[in-house]
Amino acid sequence: MTTVLERVTKVVVDRLGVDETEVKLEASFREDLGADSLDVVELVMELEDEFDMEISDEDAEKIATVGDAIKYIEGKVN
Amino acid sequence: MGKLDGKVAVVTGASRGIGRAIALSLAKEGAKVVVNYSGSEQKAQQVVDEINSMGTQAIAIQANISEVESVTNLMDSAIKQFGSIDILVNNAGITRDNLIMRMKEDEWDDVINTNLKGVFLCTKAVTRQMMKQRAGRIINISSIVGVMGNAGQANYVAAKAGVIGLTKTTARELASRNILVNAIAPGFITTEMTDALPEEMKNAMLSQIPLAKLGQPEDIAKAVVFLASDDASYMTGQTLHIDGGMYM
Repeated sequence: MTTVLERVTKVVVDRLGVDETEVKLEASFREDLGADSLDVVELVMELEDEFDMEISDEDAEKIATVGDAIKYIEGKVN
Repeated sequence: MGKLDGKVAVVTGASRGIGRAIALSLAKEGAKVVVNYSGSEQKAQQVVDEINSMGTQAIAIQANISEVESVTNLMDSAIKQFGSIDILVNNAGITRDNLIMRMKEDEWDDVINTNLKGVFLCTKAVTRQMMKQRAGRIINISSIVGVMGNAGQANYVAAKAGVIGLTKTTARELASRNILVNAIAPGFITTEMTDALPEEMKNAMLSQIPLAKLGQPEDIAKAVVFLASDDASYMTGQTLHIDGGMYM
């Protein structure tokens, strides 16, 4: 069973074309991982598909780092 | 072989007038067409039947494009039926003409809600699908009066001018995802909408058309086919003026 971290990491690596080692919990999508605003929107879309959940626009706006995404997903799944 | 074989197109307001001609022309090039209508179910079904008789597919879906739930349902149904949305033609429009001094607030709101907010809602609703596809075409039907202004149509003109600005912004936001967005500004085209204009206004407009005749819905439909096809793959954020030279 792959962890949420592993699944999120894979989505981020695939979408943003960054190295796996760069995907740290504190890494900001926009500042550290080179995402533009549209990339972040797409990233959220792909996380929705990966975890089969809906992330509202209000919630999506609060997701800035890899850690934010994992915390949000774990909070929803549990 | 058509220029749009296998593509899926959603055309709003496709039961009559310019929208009907657009739906038929897209189908003629091989596209599967979602014929959206607001009230004219029977006429929408006639368009669907005509498309089916050409050997391509179409369905009619009712939606009020000024309401978000209705728009979501329209696009979801389109994807469920045909699997993708490659082309969105924002064509649906209404008029509630009046001089500004006499124009009621609801006349203003109705036209802005359908002709401008409706374009925004439909555009928003297809972006997710088109972003995933890394391809898409959005074609917005504006109007010559959105560029030139027209007495008695403050609401319609404001909405149609707004559509041109919306076209440019959508084009910029989505260019990196290969979603191309353009507008068409028809001039004086023979439809029920223009038939309803007073005779003196029609004559006044005719005198301003260098080509000295009205346009036909097919003149607009041909440009939509062009903008939806590979022939227009290096064009985005533009407004094509198809008006017999009225605006230049």
